[in-house]
Amino acid sequence: MELNNIKSQFPIFSKKINGKPLVYLDSSNSSQKPLSVLKSLDNFYKNEFSNIGRSIHSLAVSATNKFDETRVNVKNFINANSKEEIIFTKNATEAINLVATTFGQQNINKGDEILITELEHHSNYVPWHYLREAKGAIIKFAPINDDGDIIIEKLKELITSKTKIIAVTHLSNVTGTIVPIKEIVEIARKKNIPVLVDGCQSAPHIKIDVKDLDCDFFAFSAHKVYGPTGVGLLYAKKKWLEKLPPYIGGGGMINEVRKNKITYAPPPEKYEAGTMPTAEVVAFNESIKFMKSIGIEKIINHEKELTNYALEKLKKINSINIVGNPKNKAGVISFTMKGIHPHDISTIVDEDGVAIRAGHHCSQILHQRLNLIATARASIGIYNTKEDIDAFCKSIENCRKVFELK
Amino acid sequence: MDLKQLYQDIILDHGKSPRNLGKCKNFNRDAKGHNPLCGDEVHVYLDLNSENEIKDISFEGAGCAISMASASIMTDLIKGKNISDSKEIIKDYLGLVKNKSELESKKITDNEKTKMMSLSGVKDFPMRVKCATLSWHTLKAAFDNNKEKVNTEKFDK
Repeated sequence: MELNNIKSQFPIFSKKINGKPLVYLDSSNSSQKPLSVLKSLDNFYKNEFSNIGRSIHSLAVSATNKFDETRVNVKNFINANSKEEIIFTKNATEAINLVATTFGQQNINKGDEILITELEHHSNYVPWHYLREAKGAIIKFAPINDDGDIIIEKLKELITSKTKIIAVTHLSNVTGTIVPIKEIVEIARKKNIPVLVDGCQSAPHIKIDVKDLDCDFFAFSAHKVYGPTGVGLLYAKKKWLEKLPPYIGGGGMINEVRKNKITYAPPPEKYEAGTMPTAEVVAFNESIKFMKSIGIEKIINHEKELTNYALEKLKKINSINIVGNPKNKAGVISFTMKGIHPHDISTIVDEDGVAIRAGHHCSQILHQRLNLIATARASIGIYNTKEDIDAFCKSIENCRKVFELK
Repeated sequence: MDLKQLYQDIILDHGKSPRNLGKCKNFNRDAKGHNPLCGDEVHVYLDLNSENEIKDISFEGAGCAISMASASIMTDLIKGKNISDSKEIIKDYLGLVKNKSELESKKITDNEKTKMMSLSGVKDFPMRVKCATLSWHTLKAAFDNNKEKVNTEKFDK
């Protein structure tokens, strides 16, 4: 698939925002959806709807098969060993909560340590904080340098005999840092410590190969990879899914239910209680197909080129400060502007149809580390073009005019 | 929507050079406020005399132009008034930035009215209303001697 006309596949880009063509630079928050995903949702509800895995009528069988097709395709997308290692959740947040809760229940005791980093999104900190509160666990933060790179040596030093799990992001939603997961997993392996990777930001933008990464857990959300909301995903090595207790209890996750005893279904069903977001899981398959039809290499190259183009242009604008300068950077550009607060920037560029995010981006630890209260963030998706970057930069320059800055 | 309605000259002026910024010397009452959506924090300090008049008022905080200007204009306008009149003004202001088109209070001069009206543009920018109300809710908490940190998420729904 060629990229030059890709916007035409996303119906939202035919809409005007404040009378201007939409320049969407908030894909780190959530991505827009191609027509194939929307059609799938519509078609499933109109022509194919049934709950899955329960009834044996024709619709139920076909819906179950479709649901399973997504599992297989996702398994291939991230190169997992088997489809049983793929658990559907509500989102990546729920996937991380699933691990923190079940792993914590079984393996974390008072004084045990959980090692995370200063780069983490709140969704890879708060679930572990629950264990700190409930079990008296200790959370340690591997520090970053001013460029926004994790200082691997320091991370190493923070590992002790009490470290039970390492949970780390694959790609920072603020600095765009691509974290060397393989290096961290190698360190962890030597001490027999499992690693959870928050792949929310990486899944849409870089190649995901969980076998190659060799991580124990990998979480991401469908809505960031051009898929529907309401679906997230947890990859876990089979041994963990067999060993860990179930998470949410209810229908569909049981084997046998008696008055005095309950046994559970094998994974993945063990972790998928209740009616799942069926139509959304089915439509998620279309977003994976969409990503594949372009090819990850092309996605990486396109976004790299745009990121470099944007960085060069932004640096030329008076009083812009780019947050972080990591060794490996993806298309996430957070910045501040002297004399204008990020919220004011966001409101002003919105008038030009430019959608960016302002605030702490659910990463207050990182902002505190960098002595920032808030930043503005432009994040790139597959549909963005150089024209988008030009419009964005022009709009940023207009902020200075609105604020009458010289 | 017009950006100039939001970023009027008065707001840009107060936003860039906020009045009464810092901790006033003899404060005997204070309250903190917080906007969890953007992380903005404000701390309002009051020097109240025995007649419940505001001898001095100031604030600390960092935020967007709207929140800085709103705190600056508020402190300017409240200084010298008594608590009861101030509460009436707060109520009037909160109505103005959310839904009312006019100010009703008789306790404000025309000049003060103009300053308050300059913030009424946020009505057209719903995501920014909390920026304009944070310091005012916090001032009310200081009057009520409320020690709990004000959270904008509990207001302005």
